[in-house]
Amino acid sequence: MRRTIEANPSLFLVIMLLALWQILFWLVGRNALLPPLETILYLARLLQTARFWGHIAETGTAFIVALAISIVAGLAIGLALGINRMTAEVFEPFLLASNSIPKIALYPIVLLIFGIGMPAKIAFGAIHGVVPVAIFTLAACSNVPPIFFRAAAAMRLTRWDLIRSVLLPAALPDIFSGIRIGFSLTLIGTILGEMFGSQSGLGYLLMTAIGLQNIQVIMSVTLLLVLVAATVNTLLLKQDRRLRQPGG
Amino acid sequence: MRIVLYRLLAVVLPLALLEILCRNQIIKPLTLPAPSRIVLGLWAMIENGTFNAAIVKTLTNVALAFGLSVVVGIAAGAALHRARLLRTLLEPLFATYYAIPIYAFYPLFLIVFGLGDAPQVLIGFMLAVVSMIVSTLSGLDSLPPVLAKTPRVFQLGPVETIRRVTLPYAAPYLFTGVKLAIAYAFIGVIGAEFIMSSTGLGYEIRFAYDNLDNNVMYPLILLILLISVTVNMSLDRWDRALQARRGRV
Repeated sequence: MRRTIEANPSLFLVIMLLALWQILFWLVGRNALLPPLETILYLARLLQTARFWGHIAETGTAFIVALAISIVAGLAIGLALGINRMTAEVFEPFLLASNSIPKIALYPIVLLIFGIGMPAKIAFGAIHGVVPVAIFTLAACSNVPPIFFRAAAAMRLTRWDLIRSVLLPAALPDIFSGIRIGFSLTLIGTILGEMFGSQSGLGYLLMTAIGLQNIQVIMSVTLLLVLVAATVNTLLLKQDRRLRQPGG
Repeated sequence: MRIVLYRLLAVVLPLALLEILCRNQIIKPLTLPAPSRIVLGLWAMIENGTFNAAIVKTLTNVALAFGLSVVVGIAAGAALHRARLLRTLLEPLFATYYAIPIYAFYPLFLIVFGLGDAPQVLIGFMLAVVSMIVSTLSGLDSLPPVLAKTPRVFQLGPVETIRRVTLPYAAPYLFTGVKLAIAYAFIGVIGAEFIMSSTGLGYEIRFAYDNLDNNVMYPLILLILLISVTVNMSLDRWDRALQARRGRV
């Protein structure tokens, strides 16, 4: 038993969580929760309707654009600051501090600037995602051994060549970790962005379901989000570990 | 010293630019009032005490979520360190935990617990506790085997062992966990208040936004930013001082 669990912890974790969920359902009752099987069936039924796919497409589009902005802007900020020791040291505390801010407090500002709709969602997702990507890129740059820079200087690499053929490859594993965390935070940001001032998307669906106390919708949308986030993160984590192996 | 000057410049220059843009109506006051006006508004708010109740409510809930997560996180981390099998089982959960949109569970908490303080505290706790567990585990993992043997040689009891050996050794890791936990407690509680609640700073910002009341909204946002940045930076400074002292020994 012990060995089977150790060989496949994720599978047993899922089984354990499902069991806990079922027990919790027996404890709190039908008014508050739906049991696992019914939630899965309801989600399957939702997934057969075109309306639900419309919401998914809306959230998906906002998320992908926000993620692209997070990665590009985060890399640009991290590299621009990280390539120079002085700027790295000056701006690092700002980046770290902005990571601890409850960004939801900034949401009204985003809405005032962009108005209700797609751009606001994208902006809010990107605000969440850009910080970790920038932090990890900056840290990755300062972790590159100084001898690499000296070698590059000796070969008279231009700044662009330095970034492309020295900095990026050396910093890739750390940057990838940043992108992995940026991925999850962008998703959370996009969903939060949809919960207010939005007329479509999974976040909007959640918010209206709260208003109607529609437990079936709340639970199946939550399940869908958790499944997608956990699956993608597990895959990225695997790739992350592969990058960190010597010679990987 | 020069770095401090540059940091100051990096704060002051953008603020000055914003101030000029706002004063000249290039940025409309409906979008963003001038920074100086926001600061004055915050000052007046604190003097009048209009939002003292909300501030106290939020800080109490953050403190509750934070305190709970530290106590539970350390206890659970220590227990998991012993329970090998359970730990292998939970390791994948910890690895993906922060990818899960915890706020998505908030509606369920609202239905189960009602519109009191419990759902907000629970969200803050859920966000914070895992970072505390993970930090405790890595702190205990870093304990060299010889330090596990030495107390046995000296015949220290379990309490003494924890007080004199384990805790001091794992302290830097625990501190990292504490820093993360406090940030997460803030993010969780204020986020939950913003989504749906009847009190607290997050709720007041939402209310001011719904009424397009920029004179209340912006000072409150500034207050939240100031609180979280101050807490974060002072813990960071403390952490650095502790580490410097450690390095010298």
